[in-house]
Amino acid sequence: MKRRSIMQYAAVAAALSLGLTACGGASGSSDAKTAGTVRVTLANHVWTEGIKAAIPEFEKSSGLKVELTQLGEDQLSDQYNVKLNAGSDEIDVMMYRPLQEGKAFAKNGYLADLTSKVSSDSSWDWKDYQDGPVKATTADGKVVGVPIITEREVLYYRKDLLKAAGLEVPKTMEELEAAAKAIKASSPDTAGFVARTGKSAAVTQFSSFLYSFGGDFTDATGKSAVNTDAAKKAYAYYGGLIKNYGPANVSTDMSWPEAMAIFTQGKAAFYTEADSLYKNATDPAKSKVADTVGFAALPAGPAGSKPYNIPSWGLAVNQASGNQDNAWKFIQWATSKERTLAAQKAGVPGPRASVWSDPAGTSTYPKDLAEAIAASAKNGVGHDRPEVVTVGKAREIVGGPIVATITGADASAAADTAHEAFQKFLDSEKK
Amino acid sequence: MSVLTPPRSAQSGPPSGRGARRAPGARENFSAWANRHRKWLFAAPAMIFVGVLIVFPLAWTLYLSLTDSQGSVRAASEFVGLQNYLTVLSDAERFWPAVGRTLSFTGVALVCEVVLGMCIALLLWRPFRGEKWVRVAILLPLVATPVAVGMMWRLIFDPNIGFVNQLLGMVGIPPQPWLSGQDTALGTTIFMDVWQWTPMVVLILLAGLTSLSEEPDEAARMDGANAFQRFFFITLPLMMPTVIVAILLRGIDALKTFDILYATKGKGGGSFHEVETLNVYAYGLSFDYNQYGLSSAVLILFFMIIIGSMWLLTMRKKAVSK
Repeated sequence: MKRRSIMQYAAVAAALSLGLTACGGASGSSDAKTAGTVRVTLANHVWTEGIKAAIPEFEKSSGLKVELTQLGEDQLSDQYNVKLNAGSDEIDVMMYRPLQEGKAFAKNGYLADLTSKVSSDSSWDWKDYQDGPVKATTADGKVVGVPIITEREVLYYRKDLLKAAGLEVPKTMEELEAAAKAIKASSPDTAGFVARTGKSAAVTQFSSFLYSFGGDFTDATGKSAVNTDAAKKAYAYYGGLIKNYGPANVSTDMSWPEAMAIFTQGKAAFYTEADSLYKNATDPAKSKVADTVGFAALPAGPAGSKPYNIPSWGLAVNQASGNQDNAWKFIQWATSKERTLAAQKAGVPGPRASVWSDPAGTSTYPKDLAEAIAASAKNGVGHDRPEVVTVGKAREIVGGPIVATITGADASAAADTAHEAFQKFLDSEKK
Repeated sequence: MSVLTPPRSAQSGPPSGRGARRAPGARENFSAWANRHRKWLFAAPAMIFVGVLIVFPLAWTLYLSLTDSQGSVRAASEFVGLQNYLTVLSDAERFWPAVGRTLSFTGVALVCEVVLGMCIALLLWRPFRGEKWVRVAILLPLVATPVAVGMMWRLIFDPNIGFVNQLLGMVGIPPQPWLSGQDTALGTTIFMDVWQWTPMVVLILLAGLTSLSEEPDEAARMDGANAFQRFFFITLPLMMPTVIVAILLRGIDALKTFDILYATKGKGGGSFHEVETLNVYAYGLSFDYNQYGLSSAVLILFFMIIIGSMWLLTMRKKAVSK
């Protein structure tokens, strides 16, 4: 009897586990296709908030169901690394960073070719997209993504502090430094200038300074250019501003949330950051200085004012997805002219020319911000980080001199060291 | 019933021999077979689990470490033998400092946790009023998620708006860099680890203390030994096996620490890699640089360090227990 019961228990246990497996299988990928579900993975972003609220609209009109996964930037990146590497078909639509991951993803064949899809619908109008963003989501002549958010670096400043110090809004880098110096000297508790300081995080914001000083990460032949005179001056200037006029006890790990917090807590007079984050500074719920924030174009360096003008995020379709047509339907809806206008009005600068030329497109923006964006779009540079496959590593290398300068090291020597490492890195990528 | 499960004495062959399988009837056959092998049958799910989730990943990592896999693990890669190990072992810029940090993080955290844990366990050993509340309070850090702990301390130690510096400011001490300083960051993360994991050591040591026989202690007391003498010559030697178990359990965990380091200092362990341990380094190689071959080599070496330290400690425990 005793032995018989062992068998019975085992049989029940086996049946149960098989049953569970069967249930698990039914709710898996095959089900998603037949029931018309689109699995969408998005980053935490203002754009996502807007689209999330509008998804019921899409579900109603298309008859499809949207399964949304929302993650922080780093988690999103890790998730893609794991799932796309494994060839998983669990993601249909993915929000990705064309300049950060675009080349690597395209090279690995993770992104579906959308060329025929983007040109299939003239009312959706692919030609309406600005050239820079389109270039960033095109790989080897194939369209692999649709840009959704564009960014330019602008100057955030405190109108009240400038007024109290009797200062004008700086138009050149020299004026910016002088104003930061004056404010820090008059009130030591307030930093004259704040910006990102993390080795990798600061690279994108430093890039505009680099261009405005006449430099770039690589030269026309693709060789490292981070130790040119212009680059050395840019490193010294950016690092020096933070070292000399930045917050007391400045950390070398700040990305935008930390730097933005210092500015919105009222502890800094000037801040250079992406325009797409402006709501953080003007929203009274998030910012103590919402009433007194002003915006201006990036001050001009020796080579003029040359901020980056880039598509920071795009939507793509997972090559391994068996649900590509529905995925495209979602993208087509999410990037339509109406949705882009709605997103732009909610504070997300978009990539569509028609929306920018429509007065409604900038109606919700602070006037000075809209002007700064218009100016930046004219002379902007189409990248804000080295254009390579392994962007993460390249950013760490070219970001080295930034943190070195902030901590008081010699910018020139740090740039020479970075140059050597960067050239080695570039050579290794060519292999 | 008796046909299905004949008593062992009635079977012709040895109870677990192959001959028994030839009994007539398929059902009886399987049933008898299952009964004879129930030890394996019931262990099978666990064995499959271990195989799929431990042995396979390990073997795959070992394989990757011998290839130049990068970009995508599915992309074509070439077998490069021990090249990755040579590259890693000759890397004085990132790998060896990371080994140093891993060992110093583990060593310092362990010493602090065991010493502090022993002190707290001794205090809690004898019953006192409010003992229950004190125990609950001490266990609180243990139940918090490490990532949340990291985020919390990151805010508390923020150089400009953090609580600690504001508190110091009240008593006239200038703000300290804590997590943001190149020299202080590792120490600060060690403090966070000690804060979170000392309670676990307390639990283990307290369990050991309460199971100790009181006689040797009483005999020593009769002989006039003072508290220190009784602790160092009676309690501590008797507690050594438990202490080593605590060191073993906590040591392996401390070696593997990742979450609080990543949550406080991010990729690369900060701009100067100031808290980059082997775990954080391997993570960066995989997820930031997509160099799977190199990353696997680091992980295999790391695995060997863990196995090696475990082996040393187990040997020591055997010696002490004898």
